[in-house]
This record gives sequence, C-alpha cells and structure tokens, in this order.
Amino acid sequence: MNKIEPSFRPGGKLAKLESVFDGMKTFLFTPNTTSRSGVHIHDGNDLKRTMITVVAALVPALLFGMYNIGYQHYLAIGQSTTGWFTMFLYGLLALLPVIVVSYAVGLGIEFICAQIHHKEIQEGFLVTGILIPLIVPINTPLWMTAVATAFAVIFAKEIFGGTGMNIFNVALITRAFLFFSYPSRMSGDEAFVKIDSALGMGGGTVTDAFTGATPLGQVATTVGDQLQMTNVLGEPISCMDAFIGLIPGSPGETSMIAILIGAAILLLTGIASWRIMCSVFVGGLGMAALVHALPSTVYPASLLDPVTQLCLGGFAFGAVFMATDPVTGARTKVGQYIYGLLIGIFAILIRVYNSGYPEGMMLAILLMNAFAPLIDHCVVSFNIKRRARRAAIKQ
Amino acid sequence: MAIVRLNKGFDINLVGAIQGDEIAFTSPARSVAVVPDDFHGVIPRMEKKEGEHVTAGEPLYHDKNDEAIKVVSPVSGTVKEVRRGERRHIDAIIIAPADDRQVVKHNLGGNALETLVASGLWVMMRQRPYDVVPSTSVRPRDVFVTAFDSAPLAPDLDVVLGDKRQYISKGIEVLGGLTDGKVYIGVRKGQSIDAPGAVVTTFDGPHPAGNAGVQAANIAPVNKGDVVWTLDIVTLARIGELFTTGTVSHDTVVAIDGEMVQEPRYVKTVMGADLETVLKNELTNVAASRIISGNVLTGVKVEKEGWLRAPYRHVTIIPENSKPDEFMGWASINPNRFSIYRTFTTWLRGLKKPVSLDSRIKGGERAIVRTGEYDAMLPMDIYSEFLIKAIISGDIDKMEQLGIYEVAPEDFALAEFADTSKLELQRIVREGLDKLRAEMS
Repeated sequence: MNKIEPSFRPGGKLAKLESVFDGMKTFLFTPNTTSRSGVHIHDGNDLKRTMITVVAALVPALLFGMYNIGYQHYLAIGQSTTGWFTMFLYGLLALLPVIVVSYAVGLGIEFICAQIHHKEIQEGFLVTGILIPLIVPINTPLWMTAVATAFAVIFAKEIFGGTGMNIFNVALITRAFLFFSYPSRMSGDEAFVKIDSALGMGGGTVTDAFTGATPLGQVATTVGDQLQMTNVLGEPISCMDAFIGLIPGSPGETSMIAILIGAAILLLTGIASWRIMCSVFVGGLGMAALVHALPSTVYPASLLDPVTQLCLGGFAFGAVFMATDPVTGARTKVGQYIYGLLIGIFAILIRVYNSGYPEGMMLAILLMNAFAPLIDHCVVSFNIKRRARRAAIKQ
Repeated sequence: MAIVRLNKGFDINLVGAIQGDEIAFTSPARSVAVVPDDFHGVIPRMEKKEGEHVTAGEPLYHDKNDEAIKVVSPVSGTVKEVRRGERRHIDAIIIAPADDRQVVKHNLGGNALETLVASGLWVMMRQRPYDVVPSTSVRPRDVFVTAFDSAPLAPDLDVVLGDKRQYISKGIEVLGGLTDGKVYIGVRKGQSIDAPGAVVTTFDGPHPAGNAGVQAANIAPVNKGDVVWTLDIVTLARIGELFTTGTVSHDTVVAIDGEMVQEPRYVKTVMGADLETVLKNELTNVAASRIISGNVLTGVKVEKEGWLRAPYRHVTIIPENSKPDEFMGWASINPNRFSIYRTFTTWLRGLKKPVSLDSRIKGGERAIVRTGEYDAMLPMDIYSEFLIKAIISGDIDKMEQLGIYEVAPEDFALAEFADTSKLELQRIVREGLDKLRAEMS
C-alpha cells in the first residue's frame, strides 16, 4: 500500500483517485496519524465503527427479508412446501441486485464528490446503502432504484455538505422519490411479492387466490366494519404473523422480531437514542389507542387494535432505524422525546385519516426531520433564557 | 461543607501511574526556559536582553497592554537566548542558571495587588471569561481554587504542595482582600484541607471535576459581565508564601509518569527546567515516545530537549504509535482496543482497568454525527454541541447566549478525547474565546 501511495498523491499518475485511495487505505489500516495539537490520546471509536455497527444491527432484518421474499414467492405460486433454504436463496438472488445497485450508485456519487472537494470519503452511505434495499418494494425496477438513489444522495445530502450535514434522511428521500414519482409501482398487488424468477431461479405463475397487497393496503381498502387481513393466498392472518413477519411488505420492515434484535444492538451499543426510539413507540401506541377508541368505517384503519397497528407496515422499522438517525433527528435530550412522540403520533394519524397513504411512517419521519431543528431551537432557548435570567438576578 | 456530586465525565486510567507519594530525588537544571505561550493573554515586551543577568523573581518581560504584569525568571542566571519563531513570535526565553541563588525580595508594606502583579505569580492565575491571565483593572466577583488535579496520571497536589501547605491560609487572606465575593476551594472526596476564610466544597466525580471552571459552574456560574479568577492550590500557597516571606519560591514537584517511563515517580526541580536533565535516566525508549509537558489531555508535546511547561507539575510520556499500520482497526473485537463506547468490546474487560493508549487519532475528522457525546463529558449546564457549532460558524451572539463565558478549552479536553468525529474541540473553543475577547475590547 505504501509503495503505490505516491502515484495517488497530487502530481502522481492516479491523482484523480486520491479520495478513493485514501478511502481504501483508511478502510484497511487504522491511520498512523498522531495528534499534533489538543489532546494526545483519542478514543478508539470513529465514524467507520459507528456506521458498521448500525449495518450489523440491520443484518437480522436483512436476512429475514431475504427469507420472506422467497417465502412469499413460493406461497404465491402454490409451492409453500419448498425448503427454507431454497426460499432464502431465492430472496437472496432477488435482493442482491438491489443492494448492488444501491451501493454502486450511492458510493459512486460519494466517491466523485469526495474527490471534487479533495476530502476523505465519508462513511454515511454505508448505512443508507443497506437501508434503501430494505425499504424499497422488491418489484421496483432497478433503474428506478438507481435514479431515486442518485437523486437522494445528490439533492438530500451532497448539496448540504455530505455526511452529517443533511436535513432529511437520505434513505427515506429515496423512498419518497419513488413513492411520488412512480406511485403505481409502489403499492397495490404487484409491488411487494416477487413472482417472476430471480436471476433465473424459481419463476412461476400465481395461484387463483393470489392477492399481493400488504395488510395495510388491504385495510385501507376495506369497506364496512369487518376487518380481515389475509396473506397472499387469501387466508386470514393475525397480529402474530405480523410480529414474526411472514407477510407481504418491503423486505426489511415485515418482521418485528428481526427489527427488535436490531434495536437491541443499537441500544446496547448506545448508538441510537433510546429516548427517540421509545417515544416513537409510545406516541404511536397512544395515537393508535385513541383512533381505535373512536372507530369509524370511513377510516377503516381505525378498526385495527393499537398493537397490530404498530406491528404492521414500516412503523417499527422506521422507529428503530430511521427516526433514530442522529443527523436528521433532534439532538437535545428533551427535544428527542418530543421528536419521537410526534413521529409516532403523525405516523398513525396519516395512516388512519389519509387513506391515500396507507403507510404513514415515511412521511411522519420526513416531516419531523424538517421540524427537528425547530424543536432543538426551542429547547436550547430555554437554556439561553435561564442563563440570561441568572445574569439579570445578579445585577 | 457542601458536597457536589458530578455524574458526567470519565476517568481514563492510563498505565504508568505513580505508586506512593515519595519524592524520589532532586534534579538540577542545566537550562531553564519561560514560554510566553503558557501565559495566554500576555503579549510579551522584553525587559531583559540576551546576555543580561537576571535574579530569580526578576521580570523577563511585561505585558504589552499592561506594563505592571510581569513574567519573571524562575532562577538566577544569564539570559542565554530569546528564541523567536515566525513573525518574531517569542517561542522561549532560555536562561542559564548561575550558582549565586539570588532571589528578589518584595516589600510587603505596599498594595497587595501591585506586589502580586510584580511577583510573577499573577500570570499563574486565569480569569473567566476568556481563560486568560486576569486583567488588573477588574475586581473579580469570586475566586475559585481547585485543590486537586483530576486529569489522567495527574500528580497529587498534596504532594506538590509539600511544606507550602502552611501558607494556604495566608493566600486565602490575600485573595479574599482582592475580591468582593468569596474564595472558594474545591477538594476531592476524602481530601482534607485547613482553609480558614474560604468556602470549601467537596467534588465527588470523575475528571474534569478537578477543573476550577467546572467547579465554578457548579457553585456559582459565570454570567455575562462577571469576572472570576481561577487558580490551583499550589499557586494559592505560593501567593501565601510571598506575602509571608517576601519571596516567591520557584521550586516545584513534578510527576513523571506514563507508560514509557522506567519508574513513575515524583521529582523535585525548578519551574521551566530542561527535560533533558530531568528525564536523563527516566525514559525507556526515546524514539518511540511522546513526551508531554502536562497531562495527556491538555499538555504540550515537547522534544526531549524541551522544557517543563506551566503549570510546572507534570510530565507524561506515552508511546507515539504502538501499533503502526494496524489492520482494519475499526473492525477490531479485541477488548484491549480502548473505547469508552460499547461499539467496541472494551467494556467487557472493564473500563476502569489500566489501559495503554498511544497518540494516534484512530479515525478521520468528520462532521458531528453522534449526539450527546460532549454533554456526557462536561458537567456544566451548557449545550456544548450547540456552543461548538456557534463557535465554528462564528456567531458571537449565540456563543454568548450559550455560555461561552463559563468555559475554558481545558473543560472540553475530555470531550475531544471521546469525540467520534475527532474534532479539535480545545482549539475551536480557544479560537472562539479569542475572537470574543477581540470583539469585546
């Protein structure tokens, strides 16, 4: 590595790839840089470690998502007795291209931007790149994912200054872009269950009973007061199925169990704010209880009991992995409670009372991303006022 | 006696701590240096030229803006060199000690403030706001004295005090006469002190509990318009000695410790002594060592030909880079790779066990991503992250509102250690304070 280094430095043959080289070098070797001013010792933790830990926390949801893609596929084509490994393999092959596209597009743009600014490559996209495949419906064409990722990385992140400077969660902007640009591909029967073959594996035709809508989608279109969610074969499903996660939905969001394992990792390592995470669930549960106490057939989602409400859709995934993004969330302790509560409340509010968007989590988080600085501003101004008052008393 | 419990902060338990409190030997000094950078806020105007003779306690230079403020020579001898750097900035004033041991004797009949300013002990104190040498024209609201140093491997100030302990009460009397408020002394839990006339407060908690500014923030915070003085108990005792005997003693006890020291121990020497003489038999491997005059958080990196720097009580020697080209260190699951965060596995072996740390930064500088890291290391009622952002963006109003008057760079040293984004917080705070001071004058 040291031997080839000079050619990447200014003046060298490959100077245009300096940022990429630095990125690779700091990835492989801990930098030998020692402190010149300030403290002489530093903690071992850096942003690489932080981001990788988040990725590790996403792995359970990722693996389960792969299995579930396969499970839904073989269920839909009437081969539900297929072995679990085949199902997983099918899901792996289905999801892998999305992961590759997401990372290739996102990291490519990051590398270019880093080189333009002659900065080190920053680690933010490590997490975003794995979040995107997990929240984008599996049947989204790859080119759409690529366009949306490029849009989000450039307009939601790089124009603000890169990692740590963005106002909105980049992965959610990707999904929002897809959602509003190609609404027909983002919901309904065809979005969430992959039917055709994945990289040549396991194609088939659906059984007659097939219905590919997510439970939340079904709820939104319910008429009357008899709420019955079904799986892809039209068989009824319960809250427990949603908790385990063998239901149609975006790859990462279906399984509460996998998400809770991720939440445990994030909380144990202290990366995610437990204040935000808990208050999102509290806010969501409270709001869901409230709407359930006032059921109405005009708003069929109000018929769902609060716990099922939280187990369905992207609520839990958003609460654990998206709302807790420290860059776009509230940064003061008090602010984090308010921020989390409002996300929970708005997510259910949108879900229930705006039947155009059966999934409210994405919009709720993006909305609160916009308000997080305001919340912090209010909290900090209390501190400022207290300090000013203290000075005034003295005089 | 009031007890204040501080929960924020962290004690980094480095290997190489001194066992016991005996002073191993007395080291002479072949040369002695005064470094003007140690006395922030004093712009030097030389009073002595190269080749001139100085007596111990005689001024070497005064402040450009206030001629009364003197910085004195700690020894009697000849000014060997005034070493200058870029733009004629004075890097160091080097004195070759003579054997005559003459000391300036002050007349104690006059104005206490004038005597203190002329003695050279004045520049050992700091004022808040701005963390600079105090202005002589402002009577402080209060005086805050810290009786312990809580930094990693720091010396026990009771050892550094030695028999100067007897002058503490005189020192309190003198400073008490220079303030309209009180003299506060902060002690650590279990430390006893005889301090008539002062308000003694016990601080129970990890570093930075020993910082006078942190103690002030938890007793009576500095508001806009307030001025307080901060100093340590050793300086207080020296002031008491000056007003008892008429002379300032420039001898000091220095803790020499850290991983790269043969045997960590206390050594008696003189302020500003050359480290080549003091450390002659102490080092294990000079080439692989980093010599820090001071502690690992706020000290200054010096060469082995360097000098002891203010506050003249601590030299730490740590490895420069104990693991060159560490392969994928960020992915390590080795519990010996130290981190106070649970993203690494250090917590499995216990964060309080002695740890070896070198001077690598172990990561690249990034924007602030994680929340609450700074607040967890700073036991003050301050939104430190917002303050740092206000300083970086140069927003003077916001800096004032968020309490920059209450802080000094040293208060942010631990946060700088713990920062995942590896920002130079002490430098940022210093620049903010300097900017504000320039704006206000």
